[in-house]
Amino acid sequence: MSPPVAPVGWSRWLVPPAALSVHLSIGQAYAWSVFKPPLESALGLSGTQSALPFQLGIVMLGLSAAFGGTLVERNGPRWAMTVALVCFSSGFLIASLGAATEQYWLIVLGYGFVGGIGLGIGYISPVSTLIKWFPDRPGMATGIAIMGFGGGALIASPWSAQMLESFGADSSGIAVAFLVHGLTYAVFMTLGVLLVRVPHGEKPVSGGPGAFEGPQVSARDALRTPQFWCLWVILCMNVSAGIGILEKAAPMITDFFAESSTPVSAGAAAGFVALLSAANMAGRITWSSTSDLIGRKNIYRVYLGVGALMYLLIAQFGDSSKPLFIGCALVILSFYGGGFATVPAYLKDLFGTYQVGAIHGRLLTAWSTAGVLGPLIVNWIADRQEEAGKSGPDLYGTSFFIMIGLLVVGFVANELVRPVHPRFHIPAPREAADAVQRQQPESA
Amino acid sequence: MPSSDSSPNQPDRRPLIVLAWLWVGVPLAYGLYELVRKATQLFTA
Repeated sequence: MSPPVAPVGWSRWLVPPAALSVHLSIGQAYAWSVFKPPLESALGLSGTQSALPFQLGIVMLGLSAAFGGTLVERNGPRWAMTVALVCFSSGFLIASLGAATEQYWLIVLGYGFVGGIGLGIGYISPVSTLIKWFPDRPGMATGIAIMGFGGGALIASPWSAQMLESFGADSSGIAVAFLVHGLTYAVFMTLGVLLVRVPHGEKPVSGGPGAFEGPQVSARDALRTPQFWCLWVILCMNVSAGIGILEKAAPMITDFFAESSTPVSAGAAAGFVALLSAANMAGRITWSSTSDLIGRKNIYRVYLGVGALMYLLIAQFGDSSKPLFIGCALVILSFYGGGFATVPAYLKDLFGTYQVGAIHGRLLTAWSTAGVLGPLIVNWIADRQEEAGKSGPDLYGTSFFIMIGLLVVGFVANELVRPVHPRFHIPAPREAADAVQRQQPESA
Repeated sequence: MPSSDSSPNQPDRRPLIVLAWLWVGVPLAYGLYELVRKATQLFTA
């Protein structure tokens, strides 16, 4: 499938909604927890078992983004969005069959494996196209799309809960809910498939420099540069630090103020989690747009430096003031989202737009690593502290200092980022086109 | 900032732009509304 080229007069403002239709859909993954309790009671599963589809989905997200990135670059965003639509929706349909027949392995296979491929390909599908359409504001453009991934859970969480309430939380009710999800997301994502276009002649329609101007580095060569691995460390550390709070937000705020004069109720803790989701989403568009003004390196200095300071404030004074605790947590979560949304523009600055989607896909393995690392640190330490007879804020103090350490490591990695050595550059656009042709038979 | 090259013979894309943004904006607004409802519990519960 050849990439769909925009006709003359096509507006670049049609591309962000195309990207959003995909990201708002696949962002549903973060609302998987809505299905956990009904699945556990309908199919007799443990908590660990019911988390399997989500966990496999995130693993497949990282793998398919890493290994499918080159295909996405070669075949274009429409092909990628079509693959994402087919995989994500059919994942739900297979899961529906699994729930209807009470075959849990089908739910894991459908939602986790097949749907997870849709997550990875869908996540990277609009990134390089958006950067090419908005070379003057790449941070804002990718921020809009990646904000959608955060927003997807906000939509899916109440919507899925409402559906389970209507259809019932037994296996047939879950099956119908999965079926409706699959069909609805297929229709919703179709907008992206129909609307997405690459700019004519790889040039933006108006404003900004040409898309292929400046140094260009291939995905294969990018992996050989220290800059790629510095960014990998930066993303991994920033995400680990954010997940540290996100993973245990509700029990954390409850434990922190359990012995205060104003303890936090379950309803208030749920409100805190919702507020963190809002900060995560708002950070994606706000901070990545800010990076267009102050530069990528500076914005990561803020994420990592101020983030460490926020963790220090929580560790030292968090239990003395609820507004301070909430404020610091919100800032950390906004940096967590901002880190995700700004990284494609950082990659574009360093490696150019030539294969930025493929490079981004490979970088997302840092997310998969952080997804294991962050929760592991916080949960393991909290469990050990509880065994040692500690309670309240003492359960988390050590974790917070580890998070500060991780952020400092990320800060140092950011300071080490320099422009890519010219020996990795592709000499000229004409030669870049030749290089693409040469690479195709190798990876076909 | 101009969004595209314009010429009198080219079709007007504005209705399509509005429709596309509504397509994604309406569900997002619903999600944000539900989020605000839940978040207020932090200060009222």
